[in-house]
Amino acid sequence: MRARLQRIGALLRGDAAADRVVPPAGFTVRLTLVSAATMAFLAVFALALALAAGRLADRWGEELARGATLRISAPSGEMDRQVAAALRVLEQTPGVTDIRALDADAQRALLEPWFGPDLPLEDLPIPQLIAFSETAAGYDPDGLRLRLQAEVPGAVLDDHARWRRPLMEAAAGLRTLGWTALALIFGTLGAMVTLAANAALAANAQVIAVLRLVGATDAYIAGAFVRRFTLRALAGAAAGAALGLVAIVLVPDGGEAGGILTGLGFLGADWLWPVLVPPLAALVALLATRAAARRVLGDLA
Amino acid sequence: MISFDHVAYSYGGGELLTDISLELAPGSFHFLTGPSGAGKTTFLKLCYAALTPTAGQVTLFGKDVRDLGRDGVADVRRRVGVVHQDCQFLDHLSVAENVALPLTVSGRDTQAARQDLDELLGWVGLTHRARARPPELSGGERQRAALARAVIVAPDAILADEPTGNVDWEMSQRLMTLLVELNRMGRAVMIATHDLSLIRAAKSQVSARVLRISNRRLQLAGADL
Repeated sequence: MRARLQRIGALLRGDAAADRVVPPAGFTVRLTLVSAATMAFLAVFALALALAAGRLADRWGEELARGATLRISAPSGEMDRQVAAALRVLEQTPGVTDIRALDADAQRALLEPWFGPDLPLEDLPIPQLIAFSETAAGYDPDGLRLRLQAEVPGAVLDDHARWRRPLMEAAAGLRTLGWTALALIFGTLGAMVTLAANAALAANAQVIAVLRLVGATDAYIAGAFVRRFTLRALAGAAAGAALGLVAIVLVPDGGEAGGILTGLGFLGADWLWPVLVPPLAALVALLATRAAARRVLGDLA
Repeated sequence: MISFDHVAYSYGGGELLTDISLELAPGSFHFLTGPSGAGKTTFLKLCYAALTPTAGQVTLFGKDVRDLGRDGVADVRRRVGVVHQDCQFLDHLSVAENVALPLTVSGRDTQAARQDLDELLGWVGLTHRARARPPELSGGERQRAALARAVIVAPDAILADEPTGNVDWEMSQRLMTLLVELNRMGRAVMIATHDLSLIRAAKSQVSARVLRISNRRLQLAGADL
């Protein structure tokens, strides 16, 4: 491990004399720079998407898992008795807390988006809603349902599990999509660096022949190319990641209503993730160039 | 140091060299002659592992060339200075950097080596061209630079393919003097040339064997000069 770190250190420090034996410019090096910048930019967004989706899944999971609703449908003469019975049952149920029967104003507010204001709630057969939360210890929904069935026949318990699951699955899918996109981005970067390194090595066949003539080992020749492409990828990825972060910061904050689209961004320790993008891109470039160099130098032998 | 044991080399279905046996000992001096296309360059390439024999055995510094591996070949190239007919430089480097290339690739590019480089450039008359790029050099200057590059690491053997082909008589004599001095220091030298006047002129400076490739075979062309 220590030897490996020393090799990486030597790679980053470079060897000015060795670096000069490879012709300096060429479209392949510029291609690597631009590819790494573009891929790092996209990688930052993929990271932001994956992390935002993860946060969303967690939030939905937490919020929805803790809330539940009791809906009571009964003739108007029965309603008050059944609500009172339901409240009593809930108060006696372990793991249930924060019980509140929604008053007329609260129910009107819920229906306002569909029916407008000034809804004559008292003239309509609207079910009565009772909201409650569960404690950290949780409650037994099946047991509660059985008791309600016996004591409050018009009550229906909705513990949100039915529609929480697809939402959480969707969020988890988005998170997987983000990480998959990230893997594809680095894979594509590796492929592009491989192509660029192959082209550079093939274009420098004469240089390689001269270096071999004067006693350069394949490791020395490969090292010169690997260093060049790795450092270009690192520089390009650093620029791309920086641009990506600026773009993420500039995404307007839509607040709670914005959901995932405007929730893209990094919170707390998440900011470390984009910092890892340039070194990871450099590592991909190093491995890709080294593999290409071994192959091409073998072919040129 | 370099030995050939019944070596043959074929390419494209035709045999270029056949049944060649030779020993290049430390301190030996050989001229290799023969008409164009006789196989002089092929023979030299076999001497520094640029080619592998199709029959027989080439032994370089005690190892069969077939067993060298790529790092072994690189090691041989550090012990054999080669002057190519077409010189082969890295055009993006200066003349001085090209001459110092064997030092650079072997990690011996030290301050002392730099002083040797300056002296060597002065000796081959290229001090004023040290910062020039190879394409800016004349044919003679290129060959002088190639020779300087071949000898800068004080190799055990020096192989030169027509090293005086593009230089004037005076410079060819200076180059020969340099090669003879290196030979006196114990280096084996082999020069492929069709310039018999060069061989005759070397007579006064060194005891050399003259070999000739004829009909794919290596023959002794004459007594020691």
